[in-house]
Amino acid sequence: MTPLTPPSGSPPPELLDRLVARAAQEGLLDVAYTTVDSPLGPLVAAATPRGLATLSYSEFRGGIDAVLEDLAQRLSPRILEAPARLDAVRRELDEYFAGRRRSFDIPVDLVLTRGFGRRILEATAAIPFGETRSYREVAAGAGNVKATRAAGNALGHNPVPIVVPCHRVLRTGGSLGGYTGGLEKKETLLRLEGVLL
Amino acid sequence: MTPFQQVLDAHRDLVWRVCVAAAGRNDADDCFQETWLAALRAYPRLDDGANVRAWLVTIAQRKAIDAHRGRARRPVAAGELPDAPAPARPESDDGLWDAVRALPPGQRAAITLRYAGDLRPREVAQALGISDEAARRRIADGLKSLRLEVQPT
Repeated sequence: MTPLTPPSGSPPPELLDRLVARAAQEGLLDVAYTTVDSPLGPLVAAATPRGLATLSYSEFRGGIDAVLEDLAQRLSPRILEAPARLDAVRRELDEYFAGRRRSFDIPVDLVLTRGFGRRILEATAAIPFGETRSYREVAAGAGNVKATRAAGNALGHNPVPIVVPCHRVLRTGGSLGGYTGGLEKKETLLRLEGVLL
Repeated sequence: MTPFQQVLDAHRDLVWRVCVAAAGRNDADDCFQETWLAALRAYPRLDDGANVRAWLVTIAQRKAIDAHRGRARRPVAAGELPDAPAPARPESDDGLWDAVRALPPGQRAAITLRYAGDLRPREVAQALGISDEAARRRIADGLKSLRLEVQPT
């Protein structure tokens, strides 16, 4: 029997908002995340102070909890839900899917990639809207024309799909190749950009 | 390591209750913020098997004392009633918690951890770095003092 009942209640929501803001101010928010609805299903967007580090097809990646645990392990466990810090990401994605945006201005942080894989993604980021490249061309752009298999592998592990447009990389001859979230997503994106009818 | 948001979701109500009980409603906001910022700062270095709940409650109990001291040092604006009764909350014992805040520090900490933080006596002992026996004694002494003060005559 408890002789003393604790006070009841929950912290007011605005107090939690202020907590997130202060955590960011004091450099304690290593990863801010939110979910974004899209025509391709729900996405988990997560940003470091330097930029967007992950845009995950959460269903494909085992759900939001799995995405967050992966980030906790690979980046930092200091992860908080902070939708306001990802407002620009949400806005640009909305505009892109509405056909009103052809390139993204939000900063991207490729912290989850390294070496040749990162160079592949950097080369991929430079492919303009509505155009495509072959795996071989992207490998050449990253400095090793022979490394098409490594290029495919790096693109398959693209942590920031859509924004780093790995859907614009096709097999030589034009067949689609693979895609991290499933091929139908790649087709949807290519249709949106007018590459496929 | 568990993403911090999940720790926050799991324990925020508990931390809030400890802050309200231990710092009072006026200082609960400060206590809550400082507790979570301190936890976030230290979290990456926390041991894998750590008792996260007891860890958070212990931080909150310490931050409550800081928040309370901070207010005591600040001048009170004219017209402000620092001890105005909180809005009625039928299931809580706010009045009793006012009395807890007036206890000697050792008893105050033990009672707060035990009844606001819902820690077992053994966890209270670990939090305060004292023996189980000493923790039980502080809790018992604290309850005794409270009954003396609070019981209607």
